[in-house]
Amino acid sequence: MLVAVASGKGGTGKTTIAVNLALALAEKIPVQVLDCDVEEPNAHLFLQPVFQDEEPVTLPVPEVDNARCDGCGRCSEACAFHALAVAGGRVITFPEMCHGCGACISACPQGALAEKPHRIGVVARGRAGRIDFVQGKIDVGVPLAPPVIRAVKKQARGEGLTLLDAPPGTSCPVVAAVKDCNFCLLVTEPTPFGLNDLRLAVGMVRELGIPFAVVINRSTLGDLRVERYCRHEGIPVLLKIPFNKRYAATYAQGKCLVQEYPEWAPAFAGLWREIERLVAQHAGIAGN
Amino acid sequence: MQELLVISGKGGTGKTSIVAALAALAADKVLADCDVDAADLHLLLRPEVESVNEFYGSNKAVIDAGICTGCGRCLEVCRYEAIKELRVNPVFCEGCGACKLACPSGAITMEPNLAGYWYISDTPYGPLVHAQLGIAEDNSGKLVTLVRQEARRLAQENNASLIITDGPPGIGCPVISSLAGVTLALVVTEPTVAGRHDLERVLSLASHFKVPVAVCINKYDLAPEKTREIEAYCHDAAITIAGKIPFDADVARALVNAVPLTACSRGAAARAVRALWDSLQIHLERL
Ligand code: SF4
Ligand code: SF4
Repeated sequence: MLVAVASGKGGTGKTTIAVNLALALAEKIPVQVLDCDVEEPNAHLFLQPVFQDEEPVTLPVPEVDNARCDGCGRCSEACAFHALAVAGGRVITFPEMCHGCGACISACPQGALAEKPHRIGVVARGRAGRIDFVQGKIDVGVPLAPPVIRAVKKQARGEGLTLLDAPPGTSCPVVAAVKDCNFCLLVTEPTPFGLNDLRLAVGMVRELGIPFAVVINRSTLGDLRVERYCRHEGIPVLLKIPFNKRYAATYAQGKCLVQEYPEWAPAFAGLWREIERLVAQHAGIAGN
Repeated sequence: MQELLVISGKGGTGKTSIVAALAALAADKVLADCDVDAADLHLLLRPEVESVNEFYGSNKAVIDAGICTGCGRCLEVCRYEAIKELRVNPVFCEGCGACKLACPSGAITMEPNLAGYWYISDTPYGPLVHAQLGIAEDNSGKLVTLVRQEARRLAQENNASLIITDGPPGIGCPVISSLAGVTLALVVTEPTVAGRHDLERVLSLASHFKVPVAVCINKYDLAPEKTREIEAYCHDAAITIAGKIPFDADVARALVNAVPLTACSRGAAARAVRALWDSLQIHLERL
């Protein structure tokens, strides 16, 4: 089962929830963690995996064969992303703007364009104890996260639980991550910011038609607006973690709650049972 | 005219609370919220919206079922899995137009897509340009550029000498758009393993684009040892630490009451933000 942990915004404790859930279950079922927060992957800081190999992620970017090109400009007309220009009868490419869509190649009447791979990031694989770990990372200065996210998701095994740490926000990178997941956990905080971002995140998962529920982190630092909103919208709140300076210090050191405070393990195991139940329920509804 | 951009590598470090607190201290400025994906600054500044404007992102493909012969060429060429059963799912369509080019019957058109809105508002702390990207829309970089352009125009109109910008999280396309040509980027970080990691990534991004930076450590007293590590790191990299803000329950209180911290508290965090502002002003004068 593929479960995304998302948050509408960073800093709500999304990674904390993902790694603790992974650790709490790893003894019982096969667990895989995919860190899809490819701009700032953090899950490895907590799980300390041993990386075994890595593979570059590339986009197919056009390359011009000047002997064939007659400078007609069809390619740059076809490119919606201004990644090609024709100046003085010659094609100039801007690989950092290219989305790798291939439109220019089919537009060229001379067959002068071929695709060559252009590196935009990397996918690293490793193990953290019993947990199978995959991380994606865009190269600094590269504005294209979704292709790296898609490359990470290709590593999903499908048995047991595959947990996907999504990027923050509700725009294209998050959609690339959350799309096709069986379930989405939304992690939030009980503040006006938390509520605002949660609303946006809820809009996104609803649009994608994925069943979801909420976890409230630092639940004692704020007010009841988030809970009221969830009740009103019929969104299940599956777990609340209170603010505690000792937990904050644990997090600061890169340590995990279920390891430092084993009394939290049953809560995360319970969270997983609830997710399974909600997924089954959703499948039942969808099947009817 | 100078532009101070506040970024954080990642959300949740208290960036927006700090921007709002600075907004209540600085005179004579225009505010911009470039976190267009999940804009929050308006929650603290209580803007009165003066103008609402539409933002069109990339085009989206539309298939005319009356013309389509069902040959499936579009499906073959689409690299974003945006076409299923000869219908375009606008959420996944990147607007590249490859399908339109491939369609032998001319059944596909590229249509403008309303991707969000941007606003000019009046707040008790000066004019604010902000935006909201629609859910699951792309092109946040383009919207960021637009918000910044408008903030500049407003600053010129009002003879304001400073723009304070709440930046987007991460190091991806919206951050890249928000960095171009700013006077100083203030990077807000937290003394945690993750905070330190994100700080390094965002600093390398800023240096990639040759933008001067200063650092602020938020909640520095929650993990003094990590704070020392960050300080040592900045010292070695010759990066100024413009301020350190302690953990203070007043910050959460200000947030819940939706007021800038410096407008409602004289506590330790509020005092630290004042000191941060003093040091930023000196820093900006030199640039
Ligand atoms: S592959 Fe697509 S984005 Fe890249 S240059 Fe060609 S048309 Fe432009
Ligand atoms: S479409 Fe082909 S021939 Fe025309 S300018 Fe582009 S590469 Fe050259």
